[in-house]
Amino acid sequence: MFDFLNVVEFGDNIWMLIVVLAIVTYMTRIGGHVLLSRFKSIPPRVDAALSAVPAAVITAIVVPPALTNGPAEFLAMVATVLACFRLSPIFSMITGMAVLVALRNLGL
Amino acid sequence: MRKEFGDGFRDTLSVIPAVCAFALVFGATATKAGLSMFDILLSSATMFAGASQFVFLEIHGYHAPAWSIVVGVFAVNFRHILYSASLGRSMGQFSFFQKYFAFFLMADPMFTASEHRASQQKLMPSYYFGFAGIQYVVWMVFTYIGAAFGSLIKDPQALGIDMLLPIYFMTMVMAFRKRPNWLPVVIASGIGSAVFYQLVGPPWHISLGALCGIAAAVVMAKPELKSTEKGDV
Repeated sequence: MFDFLNVVEFGDNIWMLIVVLAIVTYMTRIGGHVLLSRFKSIPPRVDAALSAVPAAVITAIVVPPALTNGPAEFLAMVATVLACFRLSPIFSMITGMAVLVALRNLGL
Repeated sequence: MRKEFGDGFRDTLSVIPAVCAFALVFGATATKAGLSMFDILLSSATMFAGASQFVFLEIHGYHAPAWSIVVGVFAVNFRHILYSASLGRSMGQFSFFQKYFAFFLMADPMFTASEHRASQQKLMPSYYFGFAGIQYVVWMVFTYIGAAFGSLIKDPQALGIDMLLPIYFMTMVMAFRKRPNWLPVVIASGIGSAVFYQLVGPPWHISLGALCGIAAAVVMAKPELKSTEKGDV
């Protein structure tokens, strides 16, 4: 059996740990929906909270890499945001990447 | 249906480079850490979550007990609970099995793309599985390539590969800008994320920062008048 209380070494039975991690990951992916489907109707404030989830989570993901990596990364993010007002997401992404690669190659 | 699948395919293209890079780096890092090819492919096939898989490798590298890896993976995936609560509301067109299979595939790009799709038109299963199916195949193939030939990757920094995903996510943040209270949500979440990144550290800054943004939305939400009250004004 796999010993979850001890340090594991890659090799013997590591697949058991991987399967447990896969189950934990899947539980989080269905968890919110399972919880919410127990309610018959969604109150307006809960609905407002859920509608804010995409922007809130994705913002929280991008802020540290935008701020803590250096000027090239920060300026590339700013360029991406500005490009989004005019261009489609894929071209905004290409703009941001172009600024990043250019600035890094300039040594920023 | 073919059009839905085609749209899913089209929308998946912009994130494919980031997914390839992420999978390559995972495969290469896992090989270097001593994981067998079978276990590497098993991780990608069953977790299908870049962050989970990297946390698995990283905590293992500290020689911490296995349960702490489980806790770490739960922590980094906590945001998925919010995702499924939100996206579940747009899955009216999915059968029971389609829905629970869709959640298995719900990594960040699937969530953001389908939320965006749902804000424009009905989210159809063929769109979702078109988008997610391609990501899954690419994830597996590039995990394998990374695991087998990863030692050939020299300098991922020079090409900016490390920033592909943050820049993709930034375009998605902007794609949601028509939603109610978008700006206060983004500002609160951004400040929260930066503060908790310093105070608590990763991966908690994501969930805690997001909760700041969600709290802002709750505070600003106008409780709708009940139909009986409307006539009394």
